[in-house]
Amino acid sequence: MADQKLLQINNLKLHFRTQSGVVQAVDGVDFELDYNRAVVILGESGCGKTSLAKAILRVLPRNVHTYSGSVVLDGTDVMPFSEEQFRHDVRWSKMSLVPQAAMNALNPVLRVGDQVAEPAMIHMGATKENALEMARKMFQNVGVPADFLVRYPFELSGGMRQRAAIAMALVTSPRLIVLDEPTSALDLLTQANIMNVLKRIKKSFGTSYILITHDIATSSELADDVAVMYAGQIVESSDAHRFFTAPLHPYSRKLMASVPRLRAEVEPEFITGQPPSLINPPKGCRFAARCSFRFEKCDQEPPVFVKEGRQVKCWLHQ
Amino acid sequence: MKGLKQTLRELGRYPSAVAGLIIIMILLGISIYAPIAMPYSEAVSLWRSDENVWYRNPKFAPPAWTNWFRSEKLATSFAMGTEDGTIKKEVIEGETTKTINMVFPFDFTADTFPDELSIFFKSNFKEKEPFASVTWITPDGREIRVGDVSLGATETYRISQDEKLKRRLGGLDPQMGLFVVDPKAKDVLVMQNGRYELRVSVVSFEKDADVDAEFVFYGQVHGWFGTDHMRRDLGVALLWGTPIALAFGLVASLTTTVAHLIIAAIGVWYGGWIDELIQRITEVNLVIPFLPILIMIGTLYSRSIFVLFGATILLSLFGGAIKSLRATFMQIKEAPYVEAARSYGASNWRIILQYLIPRLIPLLVPALVTAIPGYVFLEASLAVLGLGDPILPTWGKLINDASSNGALYKGLYYWVLEPAVLLMIAGLAFAMLGFSLDRIFNPRLRGN
Amino acid sequence: MTLNTVTEAVKSGAPAGAAKPPLLSIQNLHVWFELRRWGFGLAGYVRAVDNVNFDLHDGEAIAVVGESGCGKSSLMKTILGLNRPLKGQVVFNGRDISKMTGKDLRWYRSQVGYVQQDPYGALAPFMSIERILEEPLIINGVKSKEERQQRVRKVMEEVKLFPVDDYLTKFPHMLSGGQQQRVVIARAMILGPKIIVADEPVSMLDASVRVEILKLLRGLQVSHNLSVIYITHDLSTVRYFSERIFVMYAGKLIEKGMVNDLLGNPQHPYTNALLTATPEPDARNAEIFQEVPAGEPPSLVTPPPGCRFHPRCSQMIKGVCDVEIPPDFEVSPGHFSACWLQKPQ
Repeated sequence: MADQKLLQINNLKLHFRTQSGVVQAVDGVDFELDYNRAVVILGESGCGKTSLAKAILRVLPRNVHTYSGSVVLDGTDVMPFSEEQFRHDVRWSKMSLVPQAAMNALNPVLRVGDQVAEPAMIHMGATKENALEMARKMFQNVGVPADFLVRYPFELSGGMRQRAAIAMALVTSPRLIVLDEPTSALDLLTQANIMNVLKRIKKSFGTSYILITHDIATSSELADDVAVMYAGQIVESSDAHRFFTAPLHPYSRKLMASVPRLRAEVEPEFITGQPPSLINPPKGCRFAARCSFRFEKCDQEPPVFVKEGRQVKCWLHQ
Repeated sequence: MKGLKQTLRELGRYPSAVAGLIIIMILLGISIYAPIAMPYSEAVSLWRSDENVWYRNPKFAPPAWTNWFRSEKLATSFAMGTEDGTIKKEVIEGETTKTINMVFPFDFTADTFPDELSIFFKSNFKEKEPFASVTWITPDGREIRVGDVSLGATETYRISQDEKLKRRLGGLDPQMGLFVVDPKAKDVLVMQNGRYELRVSVVSFEKDADVDAEFVFYGQVHGWFGTDHMRRDLGVALLWGTPIALAFGLVASLTTTVAHLIIAAIGVWYGGWIDELIQRITEVNLVIPFLPILIMIGTLYSRSIFVLFGATILLSLFGGAIKSLRATFMQIKEAPYVEAARSYGASNWRIILQYLIPRLIPLLVPALVTAIPGYVFLEASLAVLGLGDPILPTWGKLINDASSNGALYKGLYYWVLEPAVLLMIAGLAFAMLGFSLDRIFNPRLRGN
Repeated sequence: MTLNTVTEAVKSGAPAGAAKPPLLSIQNLHVWFELRRWGFGLAGYVRAVDNVNFDLHDGEAIAVVGESGCGKSSLMKTILGLNRPLKGQVVFNGRDISKMTGKDLRWYRSQVGYVQQDPYGALAPFMSIERILEEPLIINGVKSKEERQQRVRKVMEEVKLFPVDDYLTKFPHMLSGGQQQRVVIARAMILGPKIIVADEPVSMLDASVRVEILKLLRGLQVSHNLSVIYITHDLSTVRYFSERIFVMYAGKLIEKGMVNDLLGNPQHPYTNALLTATPEPDARNAEIFQEVPAGEPPSLVTPPPGCRFHPRCSQMIKGVCDVEIPPDFEVSPGHFSACWLQKPQ
């Protein structure tokens, strides 16, 4: 039991049916998340990371082609749960989501306080007064003054709205929050503020995070572990310290090299080419076409190699 | 942006759109056919004229094919005459007289008696009136003397109203008595089907005189579409109603949609007092009751379709659609590419025409198509209320005539149903096409 | 060629080309927007740009750094000729464009290219790439179709969208974000401008593509001797793509200087806050809380008296900072900071 992790995902697949074909957005993803730890899923647009968030929380659109794998939360596999059971027992009670551009996802005609209180009323059966009280406490935790409870979203700045969205995800005290690009639309100082908020909540409540972003520098503010996603698959997974100092996978290395450094005189690089289409992913290693270390073995899809507790999906590390 | 071909291909995925499109094609076909087959002036004169043109038709007759649904087949009207050569005249020249014999054979297969029987004579003579004798031959060979009549230049012999014949038939109305096996057996009337002959023998006292006769059998059903109170074949109005309805609908819809677009664009782009003025005019216009004003104009001023059309357009120019178009325009106006256009020097008009309006065409095309039925029904409504153009045969006019003649009360359902069904089909076709176009051009509504 | 070596020489000290008159001179610029209540009454002004002064030289790249609401967009739009200032001058090659209209204004607009933040929004979705690039030429009177096509091809080659013919017939939604932004840059270049204003040109692109586009811009700047005004909130990129940095806060430029000077020796507390808040990929970040100045940027309608940053400043001097607006103090040649802490004693 000591070995039980908060979340264990095994061979998670989510494919969508579209007019042009089947988009294999999440194609066999495995990873683990321990209690009170934050994992960052790094990836660029088109790698499937938003679909991964949706797959974990089962927020699925109507054109799903395949949805399979196992999602073991707190020791129980929630994949076989019916929609009703999932909604009741898992979503927002055990794990919640701060979606992309959450600040725009607030209902413009409802007061902010009511919106934050709503999940408590629905998922915990709280009365309106109790729920509003919980919302007030959450506002305090995220650093929004209590008198904003009665305001409407348009009266709040972008940063405040994002904090309100985080409060909404927190109000039911879930063990796990999935955040999809929580700071990408925000200013520098506001970003730093939000990151502080997330750190504080992790410390006080023991919450775990799955942070999905393409912003490598910001991700380091929160990451205990890092997983890199490319073309629907996790190509590297490691603890943050070793990842940021010495990434293993060629893609990870290129990503790190593309970050402009404020404090070092290193010219940033860029990666030529484009990520492959998720409709017909190439056979073999999906990064091979853009990799400077490519050799013949790369025509076959590499398995995941384990190296001192780190995982790499690359033939170079066999 | 969708090309025409791709749009058509995508439409093919929606069966309702395909059905709508087919129906519209048919309606368009009819609209093109109408002025060719029956030019406008001819149609108008046909429709206005009195019984001189339509005398061959019965009044209030449902279409002939309704017999399909009847167990008791109603008699179909027909006419046959010598003028068009269907019936041959046998001319026997005598010394001072001339005898013209005409035989009108026909098959009687209905289960009901005809309403009327008449012979229309046209005679050409100088002084002395010719004299006609009419006899009737039944299928079982009986010969019944119908009557004699002297002919003026035009003469109408209404056999069914001949009292003498009636008495000879034992008190039975001639249109019944002539078709019965034994007129004398009053308690059991057995109708006789089969081949009958009407024989007309005209004696003329002038060598150069000439007589033409037409025998009209007035059944209870007639033609493809039936007839109205003025014996007019409804087909004329249905045929000509199509292009009128479509033209009114299409032109009105197109004009108002384009007008809305331009007005909204101008308001949004120039802003300031122009925008305010346009908005206030639109708001006032929204409150003005549309139909009552049209009724007022129609009643007090003129019922000409062009006047009413003009009034419709004027009242619709500042329609409510301007408000929603304005909202969309305001959004687009802020789009980065519009800002970029300003930054490289595009003039206001260029931006409105080339940058703002093309963005809206996906919204407009479905709106345009869906607005057409509204205008078609408007024209029909005005006609039903008695404000339609008095000379034009339109669908609405038919319904108007039907209601003023108590059609539903008398059970003459076809009169109301035919134009109503056409109106519904036209409206439905455009609506289905419009909704499918909407789904294609605005994929957010597709609900994928 | 590493771009660093080319511009190394000009990174410190007084700005290069200081002897020549500047290409663009912003003097005493005030851009205030009227705030109307109920559409009629005047309720005040939004002081988006409040007494901004700077010079831009030939072939120089400057970065204007600030957060949202600091007025950098309004400043940029005024430079582009899309806004009319309330007071002050925008002098381009000796002519004040802030009062220009009609043909003169159109000429000026052809001298300034605009690269926008959202690559997809910046391109009309219903026009082909060829048409998009031809538009500026058509509007500015290039009548010959041949000449237009020639110029379109040339600019496509410069932004490295090969094969050119393939791209010309495509529509914006068929291109990736990076490719779209290249088209936007091509369009900004096609009239042969002297200045390019780039508003957060890469913030909506992926990390790996950003550097590519910034390098492309830098290359074009060098080869065409363009001046670039590069507006961003990402401090980590300014060092590579500009020679001077201006930091803007609440409508004012609070620090100006050469890149190395400013980044190596930041003076203004706000600049310091920005630098501290700029993260680098380092796992140790997860263990420490960042220092962030409390509060939010002030309202531009009723800005605080004196220094506009004083309500959030941990080093505020009472009686000074909240009373008088600090002037620019020259900390070292070419490096100015508008903060009372820098007042020479």
